[in-house]
Amino acid sequence: MTPPPSPFSHWLNKRLPFLRPLHQHFSRFPMPPVNGWWTLGACLIAIVLLMGASGLFLALNYTPDIQQAFSSIETIERRVPSGWLIRSLHMGGATVFFAALYLHIGRGLWYGSYKAPRELVWLSGLLLMVLFMTTAFAGYVLPWGQMSYWGATVITHAIEAIPALGKPLVTFLLGGNDLGTVALHRLFVLHFTLGFIVLAIIGLHVLCLHGVGSSNPTADSPTPITTTRPFHSDYSIKDGLAVCGVLIIYAILIFFLPDWLEKTSNLIPADPLKTPSDITPEWYLAPFYAMLRAVPSRLGGLIIAATSIIILFALPWLDQSPRHNATYRPTIRVGMTLAFMAFLTLGIAGLHTPSTIWLWLSRLSLIVWFSVFLLILPLTARHERLSPKGDHS
Amino acid sequence: MDDTPQSHPPSSSQECHAPTTTRRHVLEISTAALGGAGACALAVPFLNSLRGTQTAIQQAEEESALLDVDVSDLTPGAQKNVIWRHWPVSIQRRTPQMQEALKSAELLRQLRDPYSKARQQPLDAANLYRSLNPEYGVFITVCTHLGCIPTMHDIPGLPSSGGFFCPCHGSQFDGAGRVLQNMPAPYNLPVPPLFFLTSTKLRLGMSKADPHFDINTIQQI
Repeated sequence: MTPPPSPFSHWLNKRLPFLRPLHQHFSRFPMPPVNGWWTLGACLIAIVLLMGASGLFLALNYTPDIQQAFSSIETIERRVPSGWLIRSLHMGGATVFFAALYLHIGRGLWYGSYKAPRELVWLSGLLLMVLFMTTAFAGYVLPWGQMSYWGATVITHAIEAIPALGKPLVTFLLGGNDLGTVALHRLFVLHFTLGFIVLAIIGLHVLCLHGVGSSNPTADSPTPITTTRPFHSDYSIKDGLAVCGVLIIYAILIFFLPDWLEKTSNLIPADPLKTPSDITPEWYLAPFYAMLRAVPSRLGGLIIAATSIIILFALPWLDQSPRHNATYRPTIRVGMTLAFMAFLTLGIAGLHTPSTIWLWLSRLSLIVWFSVFLLILPLTARHERLSPKGDHS
Repeated sequence: MDDTPQSHPPSSSQECHAPTTTRRHVLEISTAALGGAGACALAVPFLNSLRGTQTAIQQAEEESALLDVDVSDLTPGAQKNVIWRHWPVSIQRRTPQMQEALKSAELLRQLRDPYSKARQQPLDAANLYRSLNPEYGVFITVCTHLGCIPTMHDIPGLPSSGGFFCPCHGSQFDGAGRVLQNMPAPYNLPVPPLFFLTSTKLRLGMSKADPHFDINTIQQI
């Protein structure tokens, strides 16, 4: 088993008891036989740490002032030694992070990781997703290019659509009615502070997970494996390998595909008199942008986009089936696949200029998204509860 | 190690156990070493960025900066302050009494380095006036203790020679920028390299008599 602690560890442990939590939460943490999809959490933590480090060093050279923000980014790119690399790390990090985040959430949906007793793991995770989207939005405004400015304009106008609350909320956020230095400074502080708040909530997310343990993908299979193995070294090495793989993709993106990371319109300083003709959001916010556009009403679009996330918060109570894994639930297998395809379609629609075909595809996807979570999931769960040994598997 | 027995096919312990431990050890150490090397490599751009944005060309430009100062408007006893490179430079026009006071034996006895032995000035200023022309005293007014800016203040109880007093820790200098004994400042105030273009116009940044004088290599600034 574990070798006896060294004299130094022993000395330290007497004064700072770290060995027991280390064993409990790391070396001997019991893991069910999870597959490769369970390594995404570790990858997300690795990327968040890189984002934090690169963000801190960017903040050293960034000036949140509408006269100087754009040129301070140019200075980082061209004159700060290795500044281009640190900024690429931060920009590429957002893309790699959201890709891993959506896969991580997709894994939770497919394998039913949101179900009792893991409701808090799911809820804290969704809260993190909302915070990351807010952080990403605030961060995207900071370079004060055309896309930054017009993205911020569109979002603040969307918030203004909330009856009664919208206007005062936007005034509070911007410190006035227009996007000026006061607003930019606030978005900078918001972005910076959220970076640390998400770290704390990631801690909470992991603590919630460690209270109930990881879900078991084999539990519903004909041959369930119920034994657990210690996290270290089997799963720590598996996580490490996945992190290395993600870092390789990350490096390829930064070093070989830098054009993918920033739209050319954002290399033009913000101009309050001219909206760029090719305005689109970053890909990771595109599905929600498509939802805003799919509904021919300002408030309606906002409500639909918000509800599409809110129903995810309700999932642990919408789906009360004892079964977890969609692989062994034929209806859910189809339903989840449709939901994933709908999300993907919305994302692609959000990146295209709005034409009739994309508009109707977006609407169809929205109907699929809501029917899967509000109809198929609860009804199937009811059916499965009534016949727990049903003919499904 | 952490291996649970049921995950391995049963084998005789003497055949398998010792070599497995050794091999795993080697793998663990090499993984940690590679990871550590990667982390160090990652730290390079971050630390590199802390060097700031000043280029070698900008630094060379700053270091070769010349500044012409017209002193025709200075009346005897008056002082003017200019900025050369990023340092405050004080230019005093001395009255004959002040010049006389700089040579008094009573003053010289109280100074730490009365004859400017420490390299704090170009050779042409290593005299009792610490200046090229006894009528003009030119000093970089950065205290040699911890860098505060001394202001004009005579030495109490001695005839006026000009004089500087540092507000931070109370170092007292005479009118030639020489520090008194038992003060926190270890050296006299630096004299910048300079020469006179005309009798009332001087150029800071270059010494004709001491062309190799480099302000960056003096004892203390």
